[in-house]
Amino acid sequence: MALHTEPFILNIGPVHPSTHGVFRIRATLDGEVIVDIEPVFGYLHRGVEKLAEQRTYTGIIPLTDRMDYITSMSNNLAYVLAVEKLAKVKVPERAEYIRVIMAEMQRICNHLVAAGAFINDCGAFFTPFLYMFREREKLMDLFEMVSGQRLTYNYMRVGGVSQDLPAEFLPALRKFLKEMPAHIAEYERLINDNEIFLARSRMIGILPKELAINCGISGPVARASGVKWDLRKADPYGIYDRFEFDIPTGTVGDANDRYTVRIAEMKQSLRIIEQAVEKIPAGPVISDVPKVLHPPVGEAYGHLEGPKGELGFYLVSDGGIAPYRFHVRPPSLINLTALRQMLIGWKIQDAITIFGSIDITMGEVDR
Amino acid sequence: MTELFANPWFHWAFYTVLLISFALGAVMGLIYIERRGMGRMQSRLGPNRTGPFGLLQAVADAVKVLLKEDIVPANADKVVHWLAPIVAFVPVLLIFAVVPFMNGAMLADLNIGILYVFAIGSISSVGIFMAGWSSSNKYSLLGAMRDVASIVSYEIPLVLAIIGVVILAGSLSTNEIVKAQANIPFILLQPLGFIIFFAAACAEINRSPFDLLEADSELVAGFHTEYSGMKFAMFYLVEYAEALAMCAIISTIFLGGWQGPVLPPWLWFLVKTFGMFYVMVWTRTTFPRVRIDQLMALAWKFMLPLALINIVVTAIEVVIWPTPAGLPWVLIIVNFAVAGILIVTWSRLMKYGWGRVETTLR
Amino acid sequence: MKLHFGNGLLKGMLVTIKQNLRHPTVTQYPEQRLNTSRRIRGQELVWNKTRCTGCATCAKACHQGAIQIVTATNTENNKYEVETYRVDTGYCIQCGICVEACPYDALFMGARYEKAKYRRAELVENKEQMADSLDRPVSGYFHPERAEKLPVQTLLVEKINEDRSKE
Ligand code: SF4
Ligand code: SF4
Repeated sequence: MALHTEPFILNIGPVHPSTHGVFRIRATLDGEVIVDIEPVFGYLHRGVEKLAEQRTYTGIIPLTDRMDYITSMSNNLAYVLAVEKLAKVKVPERAEYIRVIMAEMQRICNHLVAAGAFINDCGAFFTPFLYMFREREKLMDLFEMVSGQRLTYNYMRVGGVSQDLPAEFLPALRKFLKEMPAHIAEYERLINDNEIFLARSRMIGILPKELAINCGISGPVARASGVKWDLRKADPYGIYDRFEFDIPTGTVGDANDRYTVRIAEMKQSLRIIEQAVEKIPAGPVISDVPKVLHPPVGEAYGHLEGPKGELGFYLVSDGGIAPYRFHVRPPSLINLTALRQMLIGWKIQDAITIFGSIDITMGEVDR
Repeated sequence: MTELFANPWFHWAFYTVLLISFALGAVMGLIYIERRGMGRMQSRLGPNRTGPFGLLQAVADAVKVLLKEDIVPANADKVVHWLAPIVAFVPVLLIFAVVPFMNGAMLADLNIGILYVFAIGSISSVGIFMAGWSSSNKYSLLGAMRDVASIVSYEIPLVLAIIGVVILAGSLSTNEIVKAQANIPFILLQPLGFIIFFAAACAEINRSPFDLLEADSELVAGFHTEYSGMKFAMFYLVEYAEALAMCAIISTIFLGGWQGPVLPPWLWFLVKTFGMFYVMVWTRTTFPRVRIDQLMALAWKFMLPLALINIVVTAIEVVIWPTPAGLPWVLIIVNFAVAGILIVTWSRLMKYGWGRVETTLR
Repeated sequence: MKLHFGNGLLKGMLVTIKQNLRHPTVTQYPEQRLNTSRRIRGQELVWNKTRCTGCATCAKACHQGAIQIVTATNTENNKYEVETYRVDTGYCIQCGICVEACPYDALFMGARYEKAKYRRAELVENKEQMADSLDRPVSGYFHPERAEKLPVQTLLVEKINEDRSKE
């Protein structure tokens, strides 16, 4: 005879150590088992889309920095790609290479944070997290060198990038490229075979391939479920068709796969950066674009394979100096769609792990 | 003076005070070791500003915490909320009564010392459950539930693991057990027992990877979420005092306690205790946390059978090779081999990825 | 098929204990300071009175509306003069777009970054406070000729230069 117990409701968040910001999961629990969840978000809503309608096209770039504050460079890039499509601006060769380098560095940065935070959510006491942040710090130094700030880079511009790379940048980046594989190997030694970590992450929170496709999930989360979809290959923007890299995919789509896919993607990103550093030409870094842009009437959707998934910006221009409509396709938000299906039936502890393995930034979910 | 010490009451009072001050002082040391050691392993430095090498950091923290406002939630069961830290704290101090610092230097040489340790030690979980229940906070309650579950399960392998030692030593008195390790510490004769005991002790005192009840990434702070000020300090103290007690017990029954060459016995004892604690810090730095059902499974499916097998093996060995002269090399080799084989084969039975419960919405 | 019997745990423990042999990745901040980027966008703007023509391009470019500029004709010396130049650094997000916009190289990002204030009103800086002076170092953001003169940035990649590939 099953004992009848009352389900009880637990509010995980909005202020909770593991919700990566101010996310709230209203979980109905039966003991420790999750019976139902209701994600609640909007605590960090700043009205970015509306704000953008009153800003010049250049003035929106710092705004995109603040959406997903972990991957500012990719946000900048996705946005300027959209504007370039809208205004039909050509980008100089060197700027394209710089953009690729920056975007891939940003991807490594993001995956370091994602993997570190994920292992933290599994309960490791900050060690992998701190090791990964150490390497992230090195990348942030490089970002600081080119853009002047460590988090809100505001580096991409319509038609190129704001400034050329400083002379010390490429040697430092080469140095980083040389030592990074050893660091990744260190993370793998530290945690990949750890039985407790495997027990906590393997076959946990499985996202089936069909569900991933149906929910429009993209990025490492979809790839972990076996969807071989990467915009860098599927719709090569910029000069991505010139680089050689693989798309790592997972097999089952569990939390561990999402982690390993991220680690594998870091290696691929290193490969891309290496190729880009080899081939980068000299020349101007920004094409001749008027200071105040008046794109022709029309609309454009620019997207890229952001570290978290497909990041897209949809712009409608009425010919003025500010977009008529500005819309974002935030990968963080759309990757959360399957959260309910993934969480139900697991324990609270797993809920934290699964949620951590999706890797979201609240700044982007709520915008 | 000597007459004063001859008075048993004075004797007891004096040494009790001494012991409590030792425990509290050593807790400061543990906190220092934990924070600096962990910091160093995490590529940081740890606190190094307060006092020389940051030695006074724990003092500064204690002062800060004591000056904090004591907040009691409006819906809390006030009396229980108030009592809980005390109920949790007192039994931990009682454990130190049977810890031999030197030959015979202990408050009470009970002939059932080891049994006393576990009998007393698990009382503090009552205090923890009281804290979780009375806070009227769901996180606290979950933490408290987990604590009870883990204590109930881990008590068994914990006690079974030392039966091997008791068989070898032929006594339950902690002092006698240390004396029995004059030639060789029991960790070499009881490797499996040591591993099980260490893991179960970590679970018993809620240290990582079994620190489910205060799981900071899941339950905010678990059972002491709603505690602040002095009471929080009490719980913090309990955590480290328990760790100290367990490390002292481990060094007593497995590492040879105060036995050792050159150094004075009490120093040996302290070195072993703190060394043991460093190992705990080390595991805490490295491991993620297990899940509650995995915790249970580990206790019942892994540690319990292995502890039972260990007892049988030890008993057979004692019958076959009764008290060998010199170093019992055969015993050591056989025991390590048995431990290795058992752990490898038994771990094949544990598999990943179970634990999903089919639920229906009611 | 990999065997798992706690060997992964031991491998991880080896990694953490080895860390004791390495330098910690720490800077003891107030005493030890790293050189910031030559292009650092610090928490202030530096304004050059003599070069500024009062064209207000910066104010128009600023999407935060942080720059207030009032110009007037000075009848005495028959000159067009900037009467007020005020930046609310509380609103400013240090994006540097105004610096890029200024056509006369009159506006720079400052290099200082320790500018905590107790009151919001103190964050509003006027013409005199913003003037280019010695205690208000200028960063090389968007001005490479200035960047060259600044000290080289300390990089973590170079600071911790142990060769890990040998392990
Ligand atoms: S740095 Fe950006 S926000 Fe600040 S005043 Fe200049 S344009 Fe405005
Ligand atoms: S853009 Fe430059 S010159 Fe024009 S008002 Fe601003 S600071 Fe002065």
